[in-house]
Amino acid sequence: MIALAMLARETQLSFRHGADTLAAVLFFLLTGALFPLALGPSPEMLARFAPGIVWVAALLAALLPLDRLFGADFEDGSLDQLLLSGLPASGVALVKAAAHWLVTGLPLLVAAGPEAIMLRMPSDLLATLLAGLLIGTLALSLLGTAGAAIVLGARRGGVLLPLLVLPLATPILIFGAGAVEAGAAGLSPQPHLLLLGAILALALPLCPIAAGAALRAACE
Amino acid sequence: MSPSSVKAIAEPRGAPRRGWHRFANPGRFLRAASKVQPWLTAFGVVLTAVGLIWGLFFAPADWQQGDAVRIMYIHVPAAWLASAGYLMLALCSAASLVWRHPLADLAAAEIGPIGAGFTALCLATGSLWGKPMWGAWWVWDARLTSVLVLFFLYLGHITLVRAFDDPTRGYRAGAILALLGVVNLPIIKFSVDWWNTLHQPATISLTGAPSMYIGMLWPLAFSAVGYACVFAALALAGTRAAVMERRIRALLLAEAARAEDSVPGAADALETQVPA
Repeated sequence: MIALAMLARETQLSFRHGADTLAAVLFFLLTGALFPLALGPSPEMLARFAPGIVWVAALLAALLPLDRLFGADFEDGSLDQLLLSGLPASGVALVKAAAHWLVTGLPLLVAAGPEAIMLRMPSDLLATLLAGLLIGTLALSLLGTAGAAIVLGARRGGVLLPLLVLPLATPILIFGAGAVEAGAAGLSPQPHLLLLGAILALALPLCPIAAGAALRAACE
Repeated sequence: MSPSSVKAIAEPRGAPRRGWHRFANPGRFLRAASKVQPWLTAFGVVLTAVGLIWGLFFAPADWQQGDAVRIMYIHVPAAWLASAGYLMLALCSAASLVWRHPLADLAAAEIGPIGAGFTALCLATGSLWGKPMWGAWWVWDARLTSVLVLFFLYLGHITLVRAFDDPTRGYRAGAILALLGVVNLPIIKFSVDWWNTLHQPATISLTGAPSMYIGMLWPLAFSAVGYACVFAALALAGTRAAVMERRIRALLLAEAARAEDSVPGAADALETQVPA
């Protein structure tokens, strides 16, 4: 019940600050648009690189709103209230991760289709790309939440956050882009997607626990 | 520092007398460490020197790789210590989170840069070895990538621990990050089995017989044990220095507090000498 109320609060806050939410998607589309300008518009080359480009752009865009995930609540004291709400700290982190996915991961998924088509990716690979992104963005939201909680209160935490999260996010990128690569080579993308699912299954309990511990440390 | 000044520190009442926890007491740790450290340093330097000289000049060349195989005596122990160092970092972090031993925090903060150094040595020598063998300084195979991620994890830990105004917060955040990064260790270990890598699979295992000529195994063993002793000696020295630093800061602050009690306003003058 508390979790639902908190999720409603988080999404409501994000909708009221719509520009922040849109910024991540815009960043995603803009980064994707830079590659054809840098690599040249040759369709064959773009089609080969498209899955990698979409994945890297999505990874970076998902990190963008993370430094404000707990920041505002930490500064005005609502984080202390949230930790006193009866929800365990890891629960608070899990709800935050869910909210981050709803307002960042989901719009990225919607934008990924047009972006991939603009990059001339073969349309029969689109389902694989989106399936990978669905699992991958969920895992990224969890990982990013843990990272955001860990750097909470640090000097220049916004700069530090990608340095901590990106190395840990490399497996997501490898298997996500690998699934599309396998599909393009005529192989089954299933093993890569299953491994992505395994990462998500690992992140689902571990990241909220880590984030919860970090939140409690930050609010002591 | 003289041993007498260390002995002067009183044992706390109710401190555990047996088990590993007793070394969480800084006084006891300092006494034990000051006895162990010279030996570790000596053993480390001698064993590393013996292993490297033996390996670089006297061990046989490889039938396939020629003299380039000698990089192994520098590279392989560095790689082992890079992983083992991260494991130590994670164990210290777990001890800090579970038992709140301040000593574990200091040790973790000291292990970070040392482990990063060994990882950098491993990556650099691996790159030098890769050029003649594979024809490239760097390939993006699973082993190299996972060790690179380990290097970034070390660097992230170093930066994070020092990024907070309150050191305790930095230690706590660093400990959580270190524990999250442990997932990378099995990936490094098994990367050569799970993926088809250019990096060769393990030749030495704890359970099976090594698939390596014994004349190459001995110098490798010497330098590996030597590296481990050097790592431990550096970590101990760093932790001892950190404990002392902490103690000096506490003494200076206490002095400042006393001065403030006697002369109002004098504390400000003293406080400027205390490093932030």
